[in-house]
This record gives sequence, C-alpha cells and structure tokens, in this order.
Amino acid sequence: MSGLVDRHISFLEALRAAGMSVSLAEDLDAVAALSAVAWDRREVVRTAYAATLVKKQSQRPTFDTLFDVYFPRMVGDGVAREQEPDADRVQDNAAALAAFRDDLVDGLAEGDRQAMLDLAAEMLARFGAMPGRGPGLSSWSAYTALQRVSPQELVDRIAQALQVDRPLEDARVEARRRVGELTGLVEADARRRIAEEKGPEHIAQVAVRPSIDRLDFTAARKSDLEQMGREIYPLARRLATRLTQEHHARRRGPLDFRRTVRASISTGGVPLVTHHKPKRPHRTELVVLCDVSGSVASFAQFTLLLVYALREHFASVRAFTFIDHVHEVTHHFRPGADPGDVLADLAASTAHAALWGRTNYGRALTKFEESYADALGPKSSLLILGDARSNYADLHVDVLQRLAGSARHSWWLNPEHRRHWDTGDSAASRYGAVVPMVECRNLTQLGGFVHDIL
Amino acid sequence: MPQPSPWFTSPADAVDRLAASGYLADEATATTAYLAGALEKPLLVEGPAGVGKTELAKAVARVTGAELVRLQCYEGLDEARALYEWNYKKQLLRIQASQGSDQSWSATHDDIFTDEFLLTRPLLTAIRRDEPTVLLVDEVDKTDVEVEGLLLEVLSDFQVTIPELGTVAALRRPFVVLTSNASRELSEAVKRRCLYLHLDYPDAARELQIVSSQVPDLEDRIAGRLVETVGRLRDLDLKKAPSIAESVDWARTLVALEIGELDEKAVADTLGVVLKHVSDQEKAIKELRLRS
Repeated sequence: MSGLVDRHISFLEALRAAGMSVSLAEDLDAVAALSAVAWDRREVVRTAYAATLVKKQSQRPTFDTLFDVYFPRMVGDGVAREQEPDADRVQDNAAALAAFRDDLVDGLAEGDRQAMLDLAAEMLARFGAMPGRGPGLSSWSAYTALQRVSPQELVDRIAQALQVDRPLEDARVEARRRVGELTGLVEADARRRIAEEKGPEHIAQVAVRPSIDRLDFTAARKSDLEQMGREIYPLARRLATRLTQEHHARRRGPLDFRRTVRASISTGGVPLVTHHKPKRPHRTELVVLCDVSGSVASFAQFTLLLVYALREHFASVRAFTFIDHVHEVTHHFRPGADPGDVLADLAASTAHAALWGRTNYGRALTKFEESYADALGPKSSLLILGDARSNYADLHVDVLQRLAGSARHSWWLNPEHRRHWDTGDSAASRYGAVVPMVECRNLTQLGGFVHDIL
Repeated sequence: MPQPSPWFTSPADAVDRLAASGYLADEATATTAYLAGALEKPLLVEGPAGVGKTELAKAVARVTGAELVRLQCYEGLDEARALYEWNYKKQLLRIQASQGSDQSWSATHDDIFTDEFLLTRPLLTAIRRDEPTVLLVDEVDKTDVEVEGLLLEVLSDFQVTIPELGTVAALRRPFVVLTSNASRELSEAVKRRCLYLHLDYPDAARELQIVSSQVPDLEDRIAGRLVETVGRLRDLDLKKAPSIAESVDWARTLVALEIGELDEKAVADTLGVVLKHVSDQEKAIKELRLRS
C-alpha cells in the first residue's frame, strides 16, 4: 500500500505543478473513486482519476501525459517481448530497419490501436535507444527513432494498402492521420521509458507543455497556432454569451411606474413585482492598429479575429496593419467569412504594410496620422497591438500622444512577458507612459482583456 | 436503514444496461456514470451540442426505473423557478378570508407558511421525493452566476433551506446530472463538487453503431460512408462541426429521400441537414470537392 499512496500524492503534485488546480477535496474524491472501481483495467483507473481531478477539457492533454508517465502502460519492453524466443535476433541494422518498415506499413494499414501501441514501443526500443556510459545514463529519443524509420515517407505505401474501399485522396488523408497518431505514440513511449530511467518527476518537469489557452503566442509552434486559431471562435462565443448576460443583468433602468401599477392589480393592489425601463446600451467605435511584423504577426491575427468575431458588440470596427507603413484591412473581414480565409487574406496583405520591411513604430504612427486621422473621434477607442520594438528608430511619442488624445480610450497590448519590456530595442515604457500598456501573452489574457474593454 | 443503491453495480453493468436502453456509452462515459451513482456525487457533463449529454440523463432514468426531474436553465432563472416559491395569491386569499373571523394574526401567519402554500420547483421536488430520482439540470452554463450559488447547497449536501420551514434534507439522494455547452466557465465551487465528464464526438466505429441502431432502415454500406464523411467534415475547421444528432438526422433524410448511394451529388444536395452555416457549407463543398 505504501508505494501506492506515495505515487498518488506525487501524481497530484505533478498535476498541480503543471498548472491544474487540484484541491484537497478533489484529492479525497479521487481516492474514493479509486476505491469504488476495480483496478484490473488501466483505462478504468484513468477515467476515475479524470472524472474527479480534471474539470476543464483544455487540461486533459496535460493530465493524459502525466498519467502515462506516473502510471505507465508497461515496464521496460513489456512482458510479451521478454518471453519472445528470438530475443537475441539482430535489433538494429539496415535489413532490420527495412523489415520493420514493412511491418509498420502492414500495421498502420490495419489500424488496430493495440497493434499501433506495440509498434510504437518496438520502434522506440530498437531505433530510439541511446545507450549511455553507465547505468542511469542511457536514454531514449523519439526524435532519433522517427528520423531513422521516417514513417512520413511511408504514407504513400499505407495509402495504397488502404485504397481498396475508397478513393486515393481519402486514403492518403487517413494514412497521414495514422502516421501522425503513431508519431504521438512514439513520443509518449519515449516519455514512459525516460520516466522509468530517471523518475517521473524529471519528465513531469520537462516534457509537459502548458495547455493551449495558457501557451505564449511567441512560443507557439505551427501546430499550436492552428489549434489556437480553432479556439478563437469558441472563445468569442463564450465572451459574447457572458457579455450579453452581464449587460442584461445591468439592464435594469429606472422604474416603469405604469407597468408596475398595472401588474399590481392582479395581486390586489400590492406591487409584488417591480418593472423597469430598459437601459440603452453603449457601443464604442473601435480602431485597431496592429504590428504584423514577423515576431508578433500571429498575436495580431488572433486579436483581430477575436475582435471581429465580437463586432456586434461594437458600433464599428476599423483595422489597420503596419510594419513601417499603414494599410487598412477592414474589408477583409466580411460578416460570416471563414476565419481560415481571412487569415490567408491578411497574410497576403502584409506586403502592403511594409516599405522596407523593418518595423518602425514612429513612421507607422506618423503615416497613420497623415492618412487616417479621421478614423479617430470622440466616440472611438484606439487599440494598438505590438511589442513596441522599433529597431531604435525615432519613436514619435508626440504623434501617439495626439492620437491618444483624439480618441476616447486607448490601450496597448504587448504580447511579451513584462520582464522583457524595455530590453534591447523595446520602447515599452516610453509608449506605455502615453497609452496604458497591458501584457497579453496567451488566449486567457486576451479573452480577459477583450471582456474588460466591452 | 440504508436503502440498496438503485444505480449501477459496476462500470460493465453500466455499459450493458445503458446499451440495452439504446444509449451506446463508451467506457469512459459508463465508468463515470457508475462512479456518480456509487459516490453519490453530481455529474457535470460538458461537450459540444448534440453529442447526447441530456440523453445520458434520460437513459440513466430509463434503465434504473427512476423518475426524471428536469430543470431547464435559462438566462434569468431565479430561486422562485428553480427551488420553491410561496403561492402569494393563495396566501392573500387566505388572509382576506380570515379577516372576518376572529383568528389572530399569529395564527394566520403560521397558517400561510405551510406546505399547502408552497409551490415546489424542480430542485426541491427532486430532493423531497422518496423514490429513486434522476435530477437533470440542463444547460447550466446558460444561467446567471447567482444561480450557481443556489445550486451549491443542493449539490454538496442535498438539502434546501427554506427560512419559514427550516432545512429540508434529501430523503434519498438523487442522481444529479448537470449539462453544459461550455459557453461560459462554471465556477470552481460548482466544479469541485461534481464529477466531470467531457463527451466528445465518438470514434467512427461507435458512431456507426449509433447511426445503425437509431436508423435501422439504412443500408450498412451507406451508413459506413456517411460516418466517414461526417468524420471528414469534423476535421475541417468549421464553425459548428456536425454532431451525432446531425449524423442521425442525415441518415433519416437519406432513408426518407430513398437515396441509395451516398455519392458526391447526394452529399451536396443534402448538406444542409448536417451543416447549418453558409460559410461552413461553402468550405465543405470546396474541401470535399463536391459539385456545387
């Protein structure tokens, strides 16, 4: 029993370290749930833990990764492999590699989950081992295994095997999906083997990425950016629902005397329910000015998409992009347009925002004042997105001061961590003195900010 | 005397009995449903629209012979609609009726705050029943934050406090299911008291089973093709991905129109059943290379 409680506690510690809020009550619930189920199936144990500890779907990948590390699927090569008679056959040479790749094609074409798990484990054990000089120094590398076997190159062969009952294009999509799944399995198995060597705490510290809504825009990989793009629309919907509810809650205007008296007749002249006149909502005109240079482009795109998804909460929205020149992009945001298309259009129009291609905030602000000064008025709010890194060019703080002065409100969103502000060529505090600057590194902060300005 | 638990005896039992009633649950769903019964904790089910969240509560009620008490949440739901309300009109009548007699005010006062004048709403009804009950709090994310506070007492202690009557504790703990579309984050306090289950789109094999069991008239070959097409639509980056409800609707449409082959033309013609946004339809036509 002793080892089990320790493992349970350290698993919870790791979940907390990864940013999940697991309370003591949930800890006790988990223990109660575990006592209520049989332990002969790993998935049942996983479900019992998940039902009591994970209360947000965005945390589920983190949970699954850590569960696999703390409660591994098998130890070492597993029981099956140790019992195999040909354990002493050649593990790794050119012929073995070719033979394994053939097996892999068959296995992936079959698509059985258990077979894929076994293949992933075998692939890592044979081609991803990095023998060390002494005990405890050997390690495993999913990267090496994937480079050597390179399942990506097998997609065509798998697609051909799958082609029997569907068109080739479908088969290729399916084959690519299965190869992607295999890649994930091999990476998971590498984590398992490393955790075995070095202890789960080690892997919990290094291999777990923050969940997608807490991942920094600037640290996101390509696949993360795609996933973030998909999160924008649900986020906008959540924000819109919350805003409508809050506006409704505050909607109660002055007492509507006539309706109250009229309603009181049905209760014998006692005014049990009061009626109120509706309050007129207040909507601002939003002007968004975004830096779309390479370092912050993705952040600008997400913010623009989010603002546009919420455009019915604004009287109007105008968007401008800049690098060292200003370009209006409002027309790309058609109502009901597909976010993917809009992003593609935006990327294509980046060229208009650059003259020499080096970010220059001072020049961009001056150009904006020259060409689009009419966009800002007493009813409008100015939102500037960017990292305030202007390549040591003239900042033109006075122009920003005039722009901010002509607008009703102004904010500056900076996608960098506060500790990087004012390092290198960042002019965060000089601009921040004119326009309040807010740190906005991930989707959670972005959602919070947009909610607050509405 | 502890009554025997009317709910499930094991995860496997949950799978079998739910399947017998026509709800094909996967293992995680069945295990969590079993845990909710065994631990007597409320079950919070989250997921996209149309994956069978509400249906899960109905299925549990069906297979365990319990009665379903449903609280449909909406914006502006308040205590009077969720918990209980005093029947003011009847109380006024009672007071007016007693004015002629020589009954003292204190007697009248005691008289009008009794069960007779209490209108029980779903939460109180579920707690006061002595038969097995499944309490379904549907779309809890649609309510205001204040209602969550009201749910807390019910969810953690299964009791309701009525100032005039005292605290009403549950005679028998109901099986509570809360559903949410995650249109807003629920408070930590509610989540802490619940077991959590995320229902997502099922894998192809399970969806095929569900479609075949719901629409037995559909040929297996077309059903397979339909499930595969829906799977590909879900991979596209759509505003509203089709859910199980839409797959079943699509299958019914194909049967009703007597379409014997799900080819490109048939898909393009009936796409409106599955995708409800113009931009989604355009995208699907482009991506699936359908004739428009």
